[in-house]
Amino acid sequence: MRIRESIERIRQMLKKEFIQTLRDPHTRWFLFGPALIQMVVFGYAATMEIKHVSLAVLDQDNTQESRELISRFSASPYFRIEKYVTERDDLREGIDRGDFLLAVEIDSGFAQRLRNDQGASVQVIVDSSNSNTALVALGYLNQVGASFAHAYQIDRMRRIAPQLVSFAPQVDLEARPWFNEGLRSEWYFVPGVLGNLMLILIMNLTAFAVVREREIGTLEQVMVTPIRRWEFILGKTIPFFLIGSFDAVLLALVGTLWFGVPLRGHIAVLAIGVMVFQLAALGLGLLLSTMAKTQQQSMITAFFFTMPMTSLSGFGTPISSMPLFFQKLSYFNPLRHVVLILRSIFLKGVGLDVLWPNMLVMAAFALLTLSVSILRFRKSLE
Amino acid sequence: MSWTRIAAMTRKEVLQIGRDPRSLLIILVIPLVQLFIFGYAVNLDVKHVPLCIYDRDGTQTSQDLLKHFQATDYFDVVRVSDNYPDVVRNIDHGVCSVAVVVPPQLAESLHSSGQASVQAILDASDSNTASIGMGYAQAIVQSYSAEIQISWQQKQGLAAGAPIVTFQPRTWFNEDLESMANFVPGVVAMVMAVVGAFLTSLTIAREWERGTMEQLISTPVGKLEIQIGKLLPYFVIGITDTAICAGAAVWWFGVPFRGSWMVLFACSMLFLIVVLSLGYFISVTAKSQLGACQMALLVTFLPTFLLSGFIFPIDQMPVVVQWITAVLPARYYVSILRNVFLKGAAVRLLVGDISALAASAVVLVLLATRSFQKRLG
Repeated sequence: MRIRESIERIRQMLKKEFIQTLRDPHTRWFLFGPALIQMVVFGYAATMEIKHVSLAVLDQDNTQESRELISRFSASPYFRIEKYVTERDDLREGIDRGDFLLAVEIDSGFAQRLRNDQGASVQVIVDSSNSNTALVALGYLNQVGASFAHAYQIDRMRRIAPQLVSFAPQVDLEARPWFNEGLRSEWYFVPGVLGNLMLILIMNLTAFAVVREREIGTLEQVMVTPIRRWEFILGKTIPFFLIGSFDAVLLALVGTLWFGVPLRGHIAVLAIGVMVFQLAALGLGLLLSTMAKTQQQSMITAFFFTMPMTSLSGFGTPISSMPLFFQKLSYFNPLRHVVLILRSIFLKGVGLDVLWPNMLVMAAFALLTLSVSILRFRKSLE
Repeated sequence: MSWTRIAAMTRKEVLQIGRDPRSLLIILVIPLVQLFIFGYAVNLDVKHVPLCIYDRDGTQTSQDLLKHFQATDYFDVVRVSDNYPDVVRNIDHGVCSVAVVVPPQLAESLHSSGQASVQAILDASDSNTASIGMGYAQAIVQSYSAEIQISWQQKQGLAAGAPIVTFQPRTWFNEDLESMANFVPGVVAMVMAVVGAFLTSLTIAREWERGTMEQLISTPVGKLEIQIGKLLPYFVIGITDTAICAGAAVWWFGVPFRGSWMVLFACSMLFLIVVLSLGYFISVTAKSQLGACQMALLVTFLPTFLLSGFIFPIDQMPVVVQWITAVLPARYYVSILRNVFLKGAAVRLLVGDISALAASAVVLVLLATRSFQKRLG
């Protein structure tokens, strides 16, 4: 009998919440629109790949060798020759203005030194104001240098001792990228974007949940009704859980249908992972909501947590490159676990046998935050 | 326009902010936390990639080759496997991101035919680490290959030259390739965008929601006076945040500062006007704090994080996305900051960015002013 009453009260509470949330056309749109738009735009924008590094060349040697070197740049998919200049000052000026990233300057005597076996060096200026791009460009540069040197050596051997050429020992690397054969960065980023959007959506909605009633003054009205506290909390969180689930399905569809990310794992495992994460995000949002007096305070605090959580989730930057302390710290970050879970299920197709520790951490986080917020809520009313 | 009324409006807003010291403290601490994370924790360099090796040859040659993998700090050998299923398990469980498998008879086939290949299995579910790791592996194998080739040539009596083409790169602007120097402009822009648009987005919405807007409307204060009075305190907070960020970056983290502080603060003020007006506009249109907050998040936090060129280079994005970034004021601000910090560029090189920023300031101020009507309903 008591349970039936309880369910009835929660049902009424849910009804109120849904009417309140969906009444305003603005809010209705905010629940789904932004997440969708962001998913599409960020799916495209987030790419670490550096293709076509822009380049300017100053060739003061003008020999067959120097032209051969330049043609290796123009043939490489990683470089795009922006400009052939004739003056040294043009190189400097262009780098200053940001017209190109890399300036290659081949001195006269380049070919002569090669023929004399002296080894030739080429001057390069790199705009390193974006240190990451600069590092990658330097890597490409060395590849071009190595392949030019290799071809030059084989060519020379062919002239001196043609019968030996095919015996020169050579080791190749045969690379097999598993799970994402084309090394497409959308496949890597889309699951991460999904996790981030879910966090922001749910945490913000819940962070507002209780404090809004308190700020407007309707919390007291709710409290004089026979509803119990845990029923109130359930009534507050279930709608956001449902909205979050709906959004998750929507975003997953965009990921698979629009971006072509394969779903190799079991859809049930995916659902479990996302739901447990939602509970963790709900718990955190609710906790902040019970601690805040105004919506502004609650929102700023939520933001204070969101930024480090995003930065330390391994979403944009590899966790293995972080200092050990932060690697350990990131174990407490539910976003880190869900990003890993999403990537693993979508791309690797692994199941619960591999992912259970991550699920467990998220579940513990959810349990802790939810129970603390129910306790705190009790106190805060008395 | 009356200065007294503006001052009164500002005073009210300052009192309101001051009543909530926790929020104010967080606002001033957020930039430091962000800088700390980007200074100490987050690193875009891919190093210490966990590696698993499986040597099916077990000869001196294969050991030599694998030693090259052990010698760099690009890879950390975390597992040595002795069967293939173990390799697969390690990759599946994420124990390692790269596995190098040396085929049986590597030494023999090198000896007899001169050709041999080594297999690298990459966990490309992290395509970034995978492709960079692939580059490292390729470079290691290449240099090993060159080594054995040179010693072979010497044995054959062919004079072998030294490595023949070397590039001598000079890195300009950020000589030590510090990723911190790269991040600072982005962190400053992100913090300003958030503090500006995020906080102001609530100011008008709050008055509507609490019903105090009617009281405000019944006073003689004009709509322009409300706008200026309400935004002034946040302007001061924003500038303080910029100063904290820039100061900590230069004096604590040692990021070079080569431009002029004048240009930095002038452009920061311009950018603040942009984001404050944006927040004000959102606030007026949304009418509820929840809606305003969601909208402000949509147009500030993630776009500044992902689309401003702060982490992901704009010129590598698809063309359509590049167009979208063109209407994003943060993009120009990040570019200006990067120039001011690292290049110390003359103002004439910044004219394009500054005028784009100024144009968006004009548009948004107009939009904000026109959107607010001093009447109910």
